[in-house]
Amino acid sequence: MSEISKLNSSCSELDLDRPNLEDYLPTGSIQQPHGKLRLRDLLDISPTLTEAAGAIVDDSFTRCFKSIPPEPWNWNVYLFPLWCLGVVVRYGILFPVRVLVLTIGWIIFLLCYIPVHLLLKGHDKLRKKLERCLVELICCFFVASWTGVVKYHGPRPSMRPKQVFVSNHTSMIDFIVLEQMTPFAVIMQKHPGWVGLLQSTILESVGCIWFNRSEAKDREIVTRKLREHVEGADNNPLLIFPEGTCVNNHYTVMFKKGAFELNCTVCPIAIKYNKIFVDAFWNSRKQSFTMHLLQLMTSWAVVCDVWYLEPQNLKPGETPIEFAERVRDIISVRAGLKKVPWDGYLKYSRPSPKHREQKQQSFAETVLRHLEEK
Amino acid sequence: MGNASSTLTQYDIEEVQEHCNNLFSQQEIVSLYQRFCQLDRNAKGFISADEFLSVPEFAMNPLSQRLLKMVDGLNFKEFVAFLSAFSAKASMPQKIELIFKVYDTDRNGKVTFNDILDVLRDLSGTFMSDKQREEVLSQVLQEAGYTRESSLLLDDFVKILDKPGLKMEVEVPVD
Repeated sequence: MSEISKLNSSCSELDLDRPNLEDYLPTGSIQQPHGKLRLRDLLDISPTLTEAAGAIVDDSFTRCFKSIPPEPWNWNVYLFPLWCLGVVVRYGILFPVRVLVLTIGWIIFLLCYIPVHLLLKGHDKLRKKLERCLVELICCFFVASWTGVVKYHGPRPSMRPKQVFVSNHTSMIDFIVLEQMTPFAVIMQKHPGWVGLLQSTILESVGCIWFNRSEAKDREIVTRKLREHVEGADNNPLLIFPEGTCVNNHYTVMFKKGAFELNCTVCPIAIKYNKIFVDAFWNSRKQSFTMHLLQLMTSWAVVCDVWYLEPQNLKPGETPIEFAERVRDIISVRAGLKKVPWDGYLKYSRPSPKHREQKQQSFAETVLRHLEEK
Repeated sequence: MGNASSTLTQYDIEEVQEHCNNLFSQQEIVSLYQRFCQLDRNAKGFISADEFLSVPEFAMNPLSQRLLKMVDGLNFKEFVAFLSAFSAKASMPQKIELIFKVYDTDRNGKVTFNDILDVLRDLSGTFMSDKQREEVLSQVLQEAGYTRESSLLLDDFVKILDKPGLKMEVEVPVD
């Protein structure tokens, strides 16, 4: 019990981000007894039990983070040898070639990046520009290493102050796919390992901002940095994944309102992966990012569509949360994703007691009303 | 984990079916097994309290702490047996027995005034005072012909609750 309350208090600072969950959940789950309150009305806890069992059997939250296994197609005598041939080609030919491509990419990148970074100390503008191009280049190599077939729809993002790009989030490769076209500065969770090293050295130069999800102090710093970043005219356009976590590209979870209260134009980007060859969802609980990349590199291709959608502004009288929901709508419709009323951070914390209290309140009110009627 | 269903043989499924009195079809058992594996994140063979609470819709339930005592550490067979009361095929007495067990935490086969009060406390939280809860409960008990001191048995529960209005069904999604 004490552990639960600890969890609750630790996530209470996130509360502000949440729209009212009850607005989405089915109402009237607790039966309203008619007429006089009888013993059986009081003892009958079946609606509450049914809800609990329903959540155990299936729930919309876990569904968002489930990798959907590919349909097997190698089920008959003709197809099976074909499939085997495919495996040989993918692992025996494609994979080594791709590793080679990626290695060459890295060699070129590092050979250019290190001198640029060290020698052009005095010429900040030129250095920034070159580094930007190099980051785009290495991202192109990454996309090539999984034969990324990416179709971009809509006008390319432009660089101007007071705008922020938001996109749905499936995997860290979202960032690579977007970065190869435009040098975005991204807000990201700090990762361990080699990804973390890249984050703190190279990506720093395009103006990316890092934070630690569990650090409450980080939130303030990030908010401040965000504001500073969008004001600067020369900064790279800012990219935010407002879901705050990777979702399996079938659903969208709630958008954090942070990106929507900067007083900026919000440009939505929708990304939809085609699962024909590989599932691009990065299930960070089950897979390291390296394994995820290997999986992509041993598949035939990563096919995806990227839509740059019409920029949106806060309408008069609209709250940031309503604004966030409106943008989520636009992205979900374009990418064909289902919306669920959950906060993605619930992967890391427990729901606040507030939601339970609401149910308790409605129960108590019903009972008390009947008591007074007597 | 995609081939979780293939690790259940026909024998396994039949054994589980028998364990839950054939209240679930074979397909439902397969679905439940996939769900079980999903919840049992580290493949320990049972689902811990923490894993149950990782489902927000469950964690938000006013009775979740009470139910956790019943479901914590269940293996797959027990998991299915627990859920079988929610099957559309389960009989009314079976469903009521589960409700009874939720009240009867000390498993002595009797539900006392205080047992009911505890459940009421879970359901109403801070929105009713202890005094109000006691008042309501003694009143409805009296009207139904019981007193504060009488303890209710399973039979009493069946008598009180076995009415057409009671609906306690959960559909297992089958694909």
